[in-house]
Amino acid sequence: MELRYTDEQRAFRREAREWLEANVPSGPLPSFDTAEGARLHREWEAKLNAGGWAMVPWPVEFGGRGADLFEWLIFEEEYYRAGAPKRINQNGIFLLGPTIMEFGTKQQKARFLPKMASSEEVWAQGWSEPNAGSDMANIQATALRDGGHYIVNGQKTWASRGAFADWLFGMFRSDPDSERHRGLSFILVPLNLPGITVRPIPQLDGLPGFAEVFFDDVRVPAENRLGEEGAGWRVAMATAGFERGLMLRSPARFQHTAQRLVSLCRAHRELVGEALQDEVARCWIGAEAYALETYRTVSKLLAGGKIGSESSLNKVFWSELDLRMHELALQILGECGPASENAAAAEWLDGYLFALSGPIYAGTNEIQRNIIAERILGMPR
Amino acid sequence: MDFRSAEEHLLLQQSLRDFLAGEFPPAKLRALWAGEAQRGGALWAALAELGVCGMLIAEEHGGLGLDLVAAANMLEEAGRAALAEPLASAIVAAPLLAELGGALAEEWLPQIAAGRAVVAVGHPLFAAVEDADCAQLLLLPGAQFALHAVPRAAAQCESLPSSDPSRFLAKVSFDSDAHPPLAEGARARALWDAVLLRGALTCAAQAIGVCEQLLQMSVAYTSERRQFGKPVGSFQALKHKLADVKLKLEYARPLVQRAAHSLAQQAEHPQCGVHISMAKLLACEAAEFAARQALQCHGAIGYTWEQDLHIWMRRAWSLAQSWGSARFHLSRVREPLLGGAFPIGPATTFATGETT
Repeated sequence: MELRYTDEQRAFRREAREWLEANVPSGPLPSFDTAEGARLHREWEAKLNAGGWAMVPWPVEFGGRGADLFEWLIFEEEYYRAGAPKRINQNGIFLLGPTIMEFGTKQQKARFLPKMASSEEVWAQGWSEPNAGSDMANIQATALRDGGHYIVNGQKTWASRGAFADWLFGMFRSDPDSERHRGLSFILVPLNLPGITVRPIPQLDGLPGFAEVFFDDVRVPAENRLGEEGAGWRVAMATAGFERGLMLRSPARFQHTAQRLVSLCRAHRELVGEALQDEVARCWIGAEAYALETYRTVSKLLAGGKIGSESSLNKVFWSELDLRMHELALQILGECGPASENAAAAEWLDGYLFALSGPIYAGTNEIQRNIIAERILGMPR
Repeated sequence: MDFRSAEEHLLLQQSLRDFLAGEFPPAKLRALWAGEAQRGGALWAALAELGVCGMLIAEEHGGLGLDLVAAANMLEEAGRAALAEPLASAIVAAPLLAELGGALAEEWLPQIAAGRAVVAVGHPLFAAVEDADCAQLLLLPGAQFALHAVPRAAAQCESLPSSDPSRFLAKVSFDSDAHPPLAEGARARALWDAVLLRGALTCAAQAIGVCEQLLQMSVAYTSERRQFGKPVGSFQALKHKLADVKLKLEYARPLVQRAAHSLAQQAEHPQCGVHISMAKLLACEAAEFAARQALQCHGAIGYTWEQDLHIWMRRAWSLAQSWGSARFHLSRVREPLLGGAFPIGPATTFATGETT
């Protein structure tokens, strides 16, 4: 066990810190779920990419730095420490990107990854359908082969970033006679094709963070299929693993929130009872535990280990921790008087609304607990 | 950076696990509870043979010369087996004796390592002393935090009740004039601080093993027990309970490993005390939570004296109370945290002044 950074890791941290301090926008950007915010976030991503920091663990040829996963964690720590903007292309860089790295052809990697890193192409998710939510294997949208194309029909919903994205990835039924998780294919669809209708859906905060997407005889080139035809479920499970695990939600995000919560509690300590202070301390411990567990996981991965269903543990842990931290912040603000009166309160309220989605997206926490019980603990189905 | 247990520590852990699974079945513990067997007997001698009693003791005194990171791995197994031997006391006492040095260390360290003696350690913050019943030497607090070494025969021990028959508690008194202090003032306080951290770590590490055992028993039972024509473990209500146990376990474990590492290299870790307290708090809470869920998952059979489940339930309860309660350890995190005593936020988890 060695819990010190190497000289190289420290140098990497210094380099990241210096670049971020010199380049991070001074104030917060408007939400990327607005037209103006989307434009400004794309600008920021272009700058990040020009500096070579868009996706540090990727190979240099695809716009990355060839960094290892520890360096990825270090970069994330510096990114949140610097208060840098949220990642508008997180569906691309954190979820689809690693999946293309694993399942994509040489051509697909060259075609999609660099423009993903630069956010020239922003990605939306296309998992859920009106009748395929937690029961994702009930997907009905079809992609039927017609020569060099797939003809796509059906509907996707809750497509995150759908309103302002350029591309969508998702699973479609390529074998019309198949059932459940067989006969599905993972397909990458440009959202500007004829026959596609995107209808943005306002979320709890009133902004269109997701969308319904309708497909009416949309012709998608067959080379846009990721992985084998009919093997979409396996590809999607890898993507879901990245979503639940350390790519989408590395620990720095929650350590940053815990730090803000502790600062808030300190600032109002005379008004905040000991019980609430205890809860704040517990949240900070939780964020540290998540960081330590992530470093442990990365240590295993770098030594040749694999991560599987364990990502379900991550997802439940971070989503419930995040929600708890925001609930406590609002309670503390409530002790201080009308919460709507200052900017800090507004930020916590926005964060709370977002945190409420955590136990729902990326597979509800009920589904995750089933996975933990069945696949990790081995309980009967 | 490599947050994995050393290969040789895992091998030692596995050998202790195998040994205890063979040599210490619940029937032996029940014999102990019934007064038909004694602690510090053949099993203790066999553990000494394995090097377990003297794992922290230097090789020159007959020990293995391991550090607390390795000890934490071994103590997990003590928890998993609900070992009732005074192993935690050996872990607490050995570094204290080594620090005190002199003839006392020369005399007692080899005896602990050889399994011939038990040294029990009290603490100024706690009224009860664990393992005084089977000890030959007691290291006890006197007036003004002074530290005294008292032969067991020269002390008056009054047994105290415990929710866990495997945990032997006593109120101990002695004549401080007849046994003058070995350390006083700031030095004694520093020694007692270190004792507290080691004591809390022994509880945290054992609690991880207890939690794993309770979880494993519950998964096995709910997979076997059938109602409504299927295993009760197929019902989500029980799956989600045990998934929650797994969650608490998995996020307590790295806290314990890091705390052991910080304590082993205390000079480099000014927040060592915070690391220990957060580990003790979450590991013991995970075990207590596991005990509660395990009982519910077992139903009425788990509520019997005959079923072995309560052996580990009682361990979970007693570990939570030993070396500082949840409230005590939470306050030891809360106060420095809210008092701004150390940097927090991203990039500070492993910081020892190196990242800024």
